[in-house]
Amino acid sequence: MTYDVLIIGSGLSGLAAGIRLAHFDKKVCIVEKHIEVGGLNSFYQRKNRTFDVGLHAMTNYTPKGVRTSPLGKLLKQLRFRHEDFQLCPQHMSEIRFPEKSLRFTNEFEFFVQEVAEQFPSQIDAFRKLVRKIETFDEIDLEGDTRTSASTVLKSFLSDPVLIDMLCCPLMFYGNAREGDMDFYQFVIMFKSIFMEGLAKPEKGMHFLLSLLVEKYKAAGGELRMGAEVESINAGRGKVESVTLKGGETLAAETVISSMGYVETLKRCLPEMSEVETWPTGQLSFMESLFVLNQEPRNLGFDKSIVFFSTRPRFEYRVPQDLIDITSGVLCCSNNFDYSEPPKEGLLRLTNLACFSGWNALLRKDYVQAKKQWRTQALDSILTFFPDFRDSVVFLDSFTPKTIQKYTGHLNGAVYGSPRKVKNGATPVKNLFICGTDQGFLGIIGATLSGISMANLHVLQKQLGTQ
Amino acid sequence: MTGEEVRAAIIDILNDIAPDEDINSINDTAKLRDQIDLDSMDFLDIVMELRKRFNIEVPEKDYEHLATMASCVTYLQPLLKDRQFAG
Repeated sequence: MTYDVLIIGSGLSGLAAGIRLAHFDKKVCIVEKHIEVGGLNSFYQRKNRTFDVGLHAMTNYTPKGVRTSPLGKLLKQLRFRHEDFQLCPQHMSEIRFPEKSLRFTNEFEFFVQEVAEQFPSQIDAFRKLVRKIETFDEIDLEGDTRTSASTVLKSFLSDPVLIDMLCCPLMFYGNAREGDMDFYQFVIMFKSIFMEGLAKPEKGMHFLLSLLVEKYKAAGGELRMGAEVESINAGRGKVESVTLKGGETLAAETVISSMGYVETLKRCLPEMSEVETWPTGQLSFMESLFVLNQEPRNLGFDKSIVFFSTRPRFEYRVPQDLIDITSGVLCCSNNFDYSEPPKEGLLRLTNLACFSGWNALLRKDYVQAKKQWRTQALDSILTFFPDFRDSVVFLDSFTPKTIQKYTGHLNGAVYGSPRKVKNGATPVKNLFICGTDQGFLGIIGATLSGISMANLHVLQKQLGTQ
Repeated sequence: MTGEEVRAAIIDILNDIAPDEDINSINDTAKLRDQIDLDSMDFLDIVMELRKRFNIEVPEKDYEHLATMASCVTYLQPLLKDRQFAG
């Protein structure tokens, strides 16, 4: 038997591509190496608690009825209703720097007012920048990917602190490049965080993923767990089949891979020469989760998410040390508009981290280093945030090494390679990529990535509209 | 299918693609695009749903016939006249 489409990876992008294709009667199989679905946006269990990974909050939140937004498009394309996702909007978030603070809500005008108050000399220029962002077509699959955000921002704004403050959340939530960002990516993130907004699915990633899996299976799609790809057999520039670890071979007309660009080409037989020169992602994070015995609000944590830098200038780079304790993201999962408040308090602290440093440690040193750096990261933010250490009833941390192990992304690079392939094409004519390295990031972005690659490379081809 | 049934079949498709919209209040002679926020991806979905449900192909040059409800019915009814409405 030959599948119409074989999809590698059951993260959001793979599942979304699968739903589209199965819905339109394609014979589809998703192969997933892990025992859980989700990839970079997944969940894990410890001591009877389920924790999301990858998710602090979902960006791109728009309310029911907004149909032209990325979320609106996604719902239409996958045939969901807005209420199916049970999204709970954020209360208020903040960008906190030593001398300045900018708060933002899901109402963009509030943020504009904050900029006007904190940076009065910049507000006219900021409004001009916003107009440029509003009219920019960031999702054009053939569009420009080379313009630097830093260059564009400097051409509008003269205060480097405002530039850093704008970049801080956008970089933390979706930048694969050190030091700078592609402008189209900046626009995607600016719209998704500031102009649209943040929310959390009431029941977490597990629930959201289950919805997708159910829809995929109901449409006739096949999902194989614990099925890792050994090789993508692509003689003469065309994939004939995919061989799984264990030797089984699956034939397919088209293969869509969410493994990452280099990760995918590395599995190709014969190996592709691009592998040598293509840049791999380097940026990864350490994250610690703190379960609290009370509402974080009672301890003075009233924001949904705080993006912070304890230094006046923010740097988004792989740190020399194991982690960078001078900046990060503090997410307070409780401060979203749930229909029922969560049973426990939860804070998550995320810092930039160095994969090679973590990967080089021996097992016992690794465990020790996690504790030590968690402590240092906490000490560093205590000048900036209330002390919550006495209220912690459970804690856990993961590192870039953990991320690589469970997602397969090289270096645990959660935003993949700095070089994106927006149209998903590879040197192999019927092999395409979706997900992180295609360039739409975040929960909604990843899902749209799967949808647009399935549309572009399979469904529209069949309609002859290309 | 009668014209009325073809219309019901299209309503069915639109309800699927845009479940949050009030499809029942559609004005048959005004552009669908202006009434329910349909973009080009949605039009492709209408074409693909027609293919999936009724096995009819709408070539790209004919997409203009899908602009209003009335023009959809006029265009599709001859193609669907021998079908039973399963609605």
